[in-house]
Amino acid sequence: MLSQVGLDDITPIAIGAGILGTGGGGNPYLGSLHLRQLIKEYGPQTTINPYDLADDAKVVIVGGIGAPTVSIEKLSEGTEMLRAIRLLEKHLREQFDAIVIAEIGGSNSMNPMIAGLQAGIPTIDSDSMGRAFPEIQMSSFLFNDDVRVAPFAMTDARGTNVVVPQTTSDKWAERIARNLVVSMGARGALADTVMTGAQVKEYGIHYTLTLAHALGRQVMQSQKDGDDVPQVIADMLEGRLLLRGKIVDVERRTTKGFARGTVTINSHSGSDQLKIELQNEFLIAYMNGEAIVTVPDLICIVTEETGEPVTTELLRYGTRVAVMGVPAPEKLKTAQALDVVGPKAFGYDEVFKPLPGGVIGKELF
Amino acid sequence: MKIGIDVGGTNTDAVLMDGRTVVAWTKSPTTSDVTSGIISALKTIIADANLDVAQVDGVMIGTTHFTNAVVERKHLQPTACIRLGLPATVCLPPMVDWPDDLREEIGGHYYLAHGGHEFDGREISPFNEEEIRQIAQQIKDQGITAIAISSVFSPVNTIFETQTADIVREVIPDANITLSSEIGRIGLLERENAAIMNSCLRELAGRTVNGFKNALAEMNITAPFFISQNDGTLMNADFAAEYPVLTFASGPTNSMRGAAFLSGLKDAIVVDVGGTTTDVGVLQNGFPRVAALAVDIGGVRTNFRMPDTYSIGLGGGSLVERDPIKVGPRSVGYEITEKALVFGGDILTATDILVATGKADVGDAAKVASVGKDFASQVEAEIMDMTTIAVDRMKTSATPVPVVVVGGGSILIQKDIPGSSELIKPSHFSVANAIGAAIAQVGGECDRIFSLAEMSRDEALDQAKKEASDRAIAAGATPESIEIVDVEEVPLAYLPGNATRIMVKAVGDLKGS
Repeated sequence: MLSQVGLDDITPIAIGAGILGTGGGGNPYLGSLHLRQLIKEYGPQTTINPYDLADDAKVVIVGGIGAPTVSIEKLSEGTEMLRAIRLLEKHLREQFDAIVIAEIGGSNSMNPMIAGLQAGIPTIDSDSMGRAFPEIQMSSFLFNDDVRVAPFAMTDARGTNVVVPQTTSDKWAERIARNLVVSMGARGALADTVMTGAQVKEYGIHYTLTLAHALGRQVMQSQKDGDDVPQVIADMLEGRLLLRGKIVDVERRTTKGFARGTVTINSHSGSDQLKIELQNEFLIAYMNGEAIVTVPDLICIVTEETGEPVTTELLRYGTRVAVMGVPAPEKLKTAQALDVVGPKAFGYDEVFKPLPGGVIGKELF
Repeated sequence: MKIGIDVGGTNTDAVLMDGRTVVAWTKSPTTSDVTSGIISALKTIIADANLDVAQVDGVMIGTTHFTNAVVERKHLQPTACIRLGLPATVCLPPMVDWPDDLREEIGGHYYLAHGGHEFDGREISPFNEEEIRQIAQQIKDQGITAIAISSVFSPVNTIFETQTADIVREVIPDANITLSSEIGRIGLLERENAAIMNSCLRELAGRTVNGFKNALAEMNITAPFFISQNDGTLMNADFAAEYPVLTFASGPTNSMRGAAFLSGLKDAIVVDVGGTTTDVGVLQNGFPRVAALAVDIGGVRTNFRMPDTYSIGLGGGSLVERDPIKVGPRSVGYEITEKALVFGGDILTATDILVATGKADVGDAAKVASVGKDFASQVEAEIMDMTTIAVDRMKTSATPVPVVVVGGGSILIQKDIPGSSELIKPSHFSVANAIGAAIAQVGGECDRIFSLAEMSRDEALDQAKKEASDRAIAAGATPESIEIVDVEEVPLAYLPGNATRIMVKAVGDLKGS
């Protein structure tokens, strides 16, 4: 397990997090530049095994919220997450002992280290998704009766600080936070889901930072060795390489208030066609008309040659890609979890058909 | 009549065109001063065509000179960057992700100020005139005159950048200022990077464009001249002196546009075989398909839309090894006319192989008699394999597509490439990039975020198209020739309210062409 994150660990984590982002979650590039500066100033960030937490430790989830397209333009002020942590501490009149990762997929992979270095507390090697999801209630910490999103704190670059002490449900917390972030210029920081160490141990998807790091390192090594990078990624995640081919169509539409799309990829031989339904992430993959991977299992698209993640915003006609299906962590597959992160929660009529096996959430490295 | 000139790292090519007909063409070595190479190329085509220079309506020049300056860290001016957006953006200051040597080369000076906009046009913080005046004074005190100005969401609203420029000019009258909104799209660091590179290249650009002017004056050519830019459209010479970064990708773009023109095809694969490398690209609707990922220039991230090309180490000068058979990536390059066997040298090159198979006729065929026909056929098969794989990588479907072969090393490709519907080797293939420059149009772009809560999608698209068209007309296009060549819509993820980023490109014919 990764015990700290230093300068050399940033790029591997960014690569691994990009792959686990399943097309969404935002690009970790800008966050990795910020983290690099902080590590140069303060030294490496300590990461801890969730099982080493005291049962009564106070922990909080910290991350960014908003539109990735805005975040590449309106760069952070830099202390947004720290301010959100302090605000929530003041509201609760207690101090947090450690930070939990909101989502390992995409840009929120860097944020818990940035916030941890600034606040002087460690980052726990555990997250709420093992991938990327679009909404706050899609969190493994919440599929139970004792942990809630609220109270939560939000801040923006201008210096706005907001505390929401209570909401009627986690879905309402998502709605309130989403509207707040639009008012904040589509970019803000969020500290939420206050928990104890015991709750993290029970509900978290563990060792995902270590997994992203190991995955990224392996990709870099395979690129150097000239190996078949997509196959290496699929093997490492116990996933299935679905197809290698070219993007032949990208269709986008707005239905029921959701930006949706379909990307069509033809295999090089021309014999197979994969259609992937996407919203902010890739959600359902149909091979020649049959659903073969369904959310919450991960659908990852990478460039065929170098295995670089291809996000929904980078989908372009003609790009040569490899597509893989990766088994979701077990904690996303329970009946209660599937109500929130299964195909129906995203508006699809498919039934979740889990891929066998899976390594996300297990201690392997 | 029009003259197209391509100033490459190795050769300066020139063509004289009458309408759609190539009247004369030449290839001559690029000289270190650039000017004398152009003059020598001009002299050749003028003599060959027995041309009265008064008949020239326009001269179009494509050049990789400015790209090379950044890559080689040469001729760069010390530059300061002023960024507006406080309190946002502090954590990643300007040039944060530049290679250290390049940042040091231009001094690494930056200043953060208040201002900037949100995606929906609200101000992040009010503009502070006094703050800008103080920054301008500090820049002046350091003796810096090259200045780049960036402001958050300036593609949505340019007002803060222009206000800042006005104040800086009051303090530093001879300031050379680049506004990020004039050259880039959404993505602050990338757009700002381009603005800084532009400012640090201005001095060189001024000198180079003057050199072009002097070359034309020396030949008594008084017609207006233009420089080709990244997307294959033209800018007038004075504009190019102001915006050198806009030429960064013009080389591959021109050769692909030239291939489209010469073949008459709008959709095809273009294989550009040079002396050392072969670049394979895709024509879509007459324009190069652009790359999806961020592009590095000399180690600096930009978001220019560069042609999506795939390069392999295969060219006319590629070295051929016998056992096992291997072609390239090492090459004799521009020295091919001295070192290749057929030219009396002692190095076996790809060009020698094609002469040995009897398929090409350059130099002295007797000098490759010892190569052996069987061996030559095997090497030719290897060359075809390399090309076939590269073409297949770039194809968008298994359906066979036409392949257009251009460039000085085109003799390497003598047979149909598997997966192609036909192989077209147009006349004048070796000067396709100069032709691409000669036939270029002028264009305009719009890249903005529209809120579809306030207007319908069609209204937003119409508005974006109008903005792009207006910019093309301002750049010199005739209104009746305007065509929308690219429309891209990207809904903003994780954001309600149907905000959508719309990018539109319009092109049109230059007045008087």
